[in-house]
Amino acid sequence: MIEQPMMVKICDIWGESPGVKTFFFESQLRFDPGQFVMVWIPLLDEKPFTISYIQDGCIGISVLKRGVFTTALHNKKTGDTIGIRGPYGRGFDLKTNSDVCVVGGGIGMASLTTVVERLKRVTVIQGARTLTELLYQKRFKDMHVCTDDGSAGLKGTAVDLFANFLVKQQFRKVYTCGPERMMVRVVELCKKYAVECEVSLERYMKCGFGVCGQCDCSGKLVCKDGPVFDLQELDMMGDFGKMIIRKTGERVPLNGSVH
Amino acid sequence: MSRIDLSVNLCNIQLTNPTILASGILGTTKALLKRVGENGAGAVTIKSISREPREGHKNPTVIAFEAGMLNAVGYSNPGVEAAAREFANLEDVRKPVIASVVGTQKDDFVRVVEGLSALKFSAIEIPLSCPHTPGFGLLAGQGTPQATFEITSAIRRITRLPVFVKVSPNIPEICSIAKAAEDAGADAITAVNSMGPGMCINIEARKPILSFKVGGVTGDALRPIALRCVYDIYKAVKIPIIGVGGISTGRHALEMIMAGASAVGIGTGVYYRGIDIFQKVCEEMSQWMQENGVNNIKSIIGAAHD
Repeated sequence: MIEQPMMVKICDIWGESPGVKTFFFESQLRFDPGQFVMVWIPLLDEKPFTISYIQDGCIGISVLKRGVFTTALHNKKTGDTIGIRGPYGRGFDLKTNSDVCVVGGGIGMASLTTVVERLKRVTVIQGARTLTELLYQKRFKDMHVCTDDGSAGLKGTAVDLFANFLVKQQFRKVYTCGPERMMVRVVELCKKYAVECEVSLERYMKCGFGVCGQCDCSGKLVCKDGPVFDLQELDMMGDFGKMIIRKTGERVPLNGSVH
Repeated sequence: MSRIDLSVNLCNIQLTNPTILASGILGTTKALLKRVGENGAGAVTIKSISREPREGHKNPTVIAFEAGMLNAVGYSNPGVEAAAREFANLEDVRKPVIASVVGTQKDDFVRVVEGLSALKFSAIEIPLSCPHTPGFGLLAGQGTPQATFEITSAIRRITRLPVFVKVSPNIPEICSIAKAAEDAGADAITAVNSMGPGMCINIEARKPILSFKVGGVTGDALRPIALRCVYDIYKAVKIPIIGVGGISTGRHALEMIMAGASAVGIGTGVYYRGIDIFQKVCEEMSQWMQENGVNNIKSIIGAAHD
């Protein structure tokens, strides 16, 4: 783990969709699926990103362009440098290593990619708003997709598609990441079908290492205790699916994006 | 085996042990305060509250270095109105909770203390000593004896709760600040706030790491300075002292208590040893006391003095 940002050179950039780019950089750090790094652009800001590619000596983060910081990242070119520190957090528990399902929504899919690559017989479900926003289509050839507008796969949400699978297939475990309201429904379904489940949460973060208290979710620190939580933990986390903490520290009802 | 008594009475607040969660660490929500209490803290302090909501500085706001941490969070907080909602029903925390209150001027402090007055806080702490937030603390001239006296007096008039004044290690005449606080009716001195500010530069980026460029220094680097401050203040005032600065082991806590502290604040230590640092520090203190024939922690407060 590195405590202070280390400047790394971007060695490759892939366009995943019109709004999402993956930035690759050389790193000898060891990452577990589900862990994240804090990415620093000097003089601008620093934000957490999950690792979406873990390769020999090289890692990647997939970034959805949605604000000032991510726009600045998207403007970076191969050869430019960014600062990273980490890895932080507790990733997914992959002891159940086969016959599992991952349910990803939107950019949340980025957290699940490395899970898919580590496990055997994985059913991959991805939901997006529309065809062009689907991610990693070449990477996961057998992926089951759905879109809000029906332009690809089932017309509906990842939850609908997941529910269809649960009726006909038994999973040993489910891993999910996406909009929190989607994950709430995935969790409900997993409980109904008595399947183990882990979710990866997103909260606004500052320190990234468990001291500032910014990313609290019912007494759990998303940066250090999480970002991945299991069903037993979520049962004790009343704020899951309900409350988030703003930059100011105010706890407010969850309303769309956590930002 | 004799029974070790770690309990202390701090301004009529009964603490089961002398460890207190320092302000600015984990004190954002009631749920986190409760968790810290469950992990052994004798009392907990909330993250400082101002009159209006504040987003604080941009990231990076907190960064570790070899001998501690550097932070310039910039008093991000939801403002007194939202804070009053978050910290309702404080009895859930099951440990005494100290409210940290900040302001840009005297009137702000008064308004925040009034805004929190219906809640079950056990004490009010006023840090007049932050080294890295424009408009507050040292950068607003609140760290002079006169300003300390005026702000403390104003708060003294409107609350019956114990008032703790948190002082800066930067100021050579720290004892005159502590004395001014005591004269104005403060019930305890919290010593010390972070020092500096300091800076860390990333040499590849050729830029300071913190977005505010500079930040308060805490952790190991601060400990000997905090100890000296507490040692000096102990001689200068009669009111109790909460010693804060680089405490992460039982030995550190005992050093601070021997320097004159009645209780000890722990903040950066959470980074080194986890949320259960409070429990660990208490166990380590107890063990040392057992080995050295000290039954009561109160008996060694100020033991380092002639």
